[in-house]
Amino acid sequence: MNGAASQEQVLERVRASLGRRYRQERRFRLYGLASALLGLMFVGLIFGTIISNGYTAFWQTQVLIDVYFDPAVIDPGGGRDPLELARADYNRLARAALTELFPDVRARRDRRSLNRLLSSGAAYQLRDMVLAEPELIGKHRAVWVPADDEVDMVVKGYIDRSLPEKSRRVKDRQLAWIDRLADAGRLERHFNAAFFESGDSREPELAGIGGAALGSFYMLLVTLVLSFPLGVAAAVYLEEFAPRNRWVDLIEVNINNLAAVPSIVFGLLGLAVFINFLGMPRSAPVVGGLVLTLMTLPTIIIASRAALKSVPPSVREAALGVGASQMQMVLHHVVPLALPGMLTGTIIGMARALGESAPLLMIGMVAFIVELPGSPFEPATALPVQIYLWADSPERAFVERTSAAIIVLLAFLLLMNGAAIWLRKRFERRW
Amino acid sequence: MAKAAIMARSATAGDGALADAGGPALRDDKDNSSNMNRREARQPRIAIADLAREAEAAQTVGDFTATDPVITVRGCNVWYGETHALRDINLDIGRNEVIALIGPSGCGKSTFIRCLNRMNDTIETARVSGEFRMHGEDIYDRKTDVVLLRARVGMVFQKPNPFPKSIYENVAYGPRLHGLAANRAELDEIVHSSLRRAGLWDEVKDRLEEPGTGLSGGQQQRLCIARTIAVSPEVILMDEPCSALDPIATARIEDLIDELSQNYAIAIVTHSMQQAARVSRRTAYFHLGRLVEVDATDKVFTNPGHKLTEDYVTGRFG
Repeated sequence: MNGAASQEQVLERVRASLGRRYRQERRFRLYGLASALLGLMFVGLIFGTIISNGYTAFWQTQVLIDVYFDPAVIDPGGGRDPLELARADYNRLARAALTELFPDVRARRDRRSLNRLLSSGAAYQLRDMVLAEPELIGKHRAVWVPADDEVDMVVKGYIDRSLPEKSRRVKDRQLAWIDRLADAGRLERHFNAAFFESGDSREPELAGIGGAALGSFYMLLVTLVLSFPLGVAAAVYLEEFAPRNRWVDLIEVNINNLAAVPSIVFGLLGLAVFINFLGMPRSAPVVGGLVLTLMTLPTIIIASRAALKSVPPSVREAALGVGASQMQMVLHHVVPLALPGMLTGTIIGMARALGESAPLLMIGMVAFIVELPGSPFEPATALPVQIYLWADSPERAFVERTSAAIIVLLAFLLLMNGAAIWLRKRFERRW
Repeated sequence: MAKAAIMARSATAGDGALADAGGPALRDDKDNSSNMNRREARQPRIAIADLAREAEAAQTVGDFTATDPVITVRGCNVWYGETHALRDINLDIGRNEVIALIGPSGCGKSTFIRCLNRMNDTIETARVSGEFRMHGEDIYDRKTDVVLLRARVGMVFQKPNPFPKSIYENVAYGPRLHGLAANRAELDEIVHSSLRRAGLWDEVKDRLEEPGTGLSGGQQQRLCIARTIAVSPEVILMDEPCSALDPIATARIEDLIDELSQNYAIAIVTHSMQQAARVSRRTAYFHLGRLVEVDATDKVFTNPGHKLTEDYVTGRFG
């Protein structure tokens, strides 16, 4: 081409182009670095906001009251009948204890707003104490009971005291009482065990993710039990045994397309097939699990097939060469080698299923459910749906609970992805 | 369509067969393509078209029969899709003899030996015709059990391919599969004697539980040979067993082949003419899917009967 150009000319041209090439390279690297940093910044921003908003929800303000377990209120008959004990008005005990702390508050209206400092959960707590230990009746006992969510918000500093009283939900005299309680050492933040143990509630201080987490657990259990064996079996058949013809090609194309179907469509399918046609219970984790199975299956099949494909042909030949049958070759050598990849794909599919909310809305898992589900057939919600429900609630205290629930969900997701990475590293084989 | 199928399947199919099948499409996605390219890059000094015409006209020179044949092949033809990989091959493999199969890349050597234990069955597009008999029984008969056939006709591959399991398990796999040992002691005996016969025992006797993939290349290949002889086959097919090994490991394998030939019939595909001359009693020269010449090794190398053979063994092309 440039036969006419002498060696010096060629060198000259190469040298002239070098500067431009190096500049290009530096610019390219800079772009990459910038986009990586930008991504990292957003991740940091998300995690920072959520954690700073949510970590306070793991502590809950409690009030120390001296309760007199009055036999006249709890057990007027004196028969110690558990049914009788359960039905008693424990609110009166809690209120009486509070009145004792504030003897100066006499007006009916003031008494009412004073009583509002305690959570309605206080009564349940006293009831449970009495039922567990009936000897308490007739005795005095100092008890930490949950404060109302607004007290909690004041203590955590979420309510601006400088605002005019009218635009504040906590009034001036309530603030004064709260300060008196705090000064007397009767107001403390304790670890919020109820947040992890209880179900949903209208009262933020009583609401917990226990029910949602249990619902998610049942759902994932159903999904895992169904989708892993089904997905692996389908992948092994398609990859190792299926003849190459038009039908198998059609199945392959459809599996790949199914992986791209929006999840809400699977929810509609679940509603139509499992609930309307098969008559399965509404809001039940078992239906959620079935729907998520449909959603996860293509992911698992595709990941498993990729894992099977990556098993080197030499291993297959070696097995066939010593006289293994097709099935022995697959079961003894190919599947064990592909298993880490299959498990990784499954865990990633499960993590996606855990974070899924749209299809669950369709099958009624978006309901307000207080009771913890005892089995996959009882109504429940799931973690992402619980987040959605709380994000919709007006109370200020639900803001931090929403963030806290997100933290828990993210923790589970990180745990699952971590497990996938660990599995991959642990079982990585060289051949 | 057919081409796509080949591409997709080649992951599971053997390297060797595809490499020797010819046709650029078949070679595209080979594992060791760098190796292939190096071989292809060597420029033949005689135009391929002329050679093809010569080969077309040629009849096999020499005697393709063996006095005491284990396997007899008559009129073998193999197609990979549209590619006619082997044309009218007649060849016998005799008892306790080592026969070397030589020839340029893509001439069909590997394809031929893979017909003998039906490894070509695993390639979707491969079509095999002709008469293959082992002790008079038709290898390709519908009633022939492939698993049984492969237990009688063992194979050692180009790349050492031990299972990613312990050394012991590698050798024990075949006998266990076929139920050759009644108890653990018998299995131990089979494993130990196989390793001894493969000349690997002294090197691995203290670490039988270590992974077979941790051995050196030459040791891995001997482990593969031990695995093959553990099921006591009658015939051992070797597809370029030394091409991935250094000269010292190669020498050990060649010694081993020499010893094994007392008990087994061995067909070895090789690109090294020195190796063919050293280990084999008979040599078959393949060219573009045809068996050009087969005769006693001495005769093929010192006084070849065909012009193509002469050109190849004297290094004028190939």
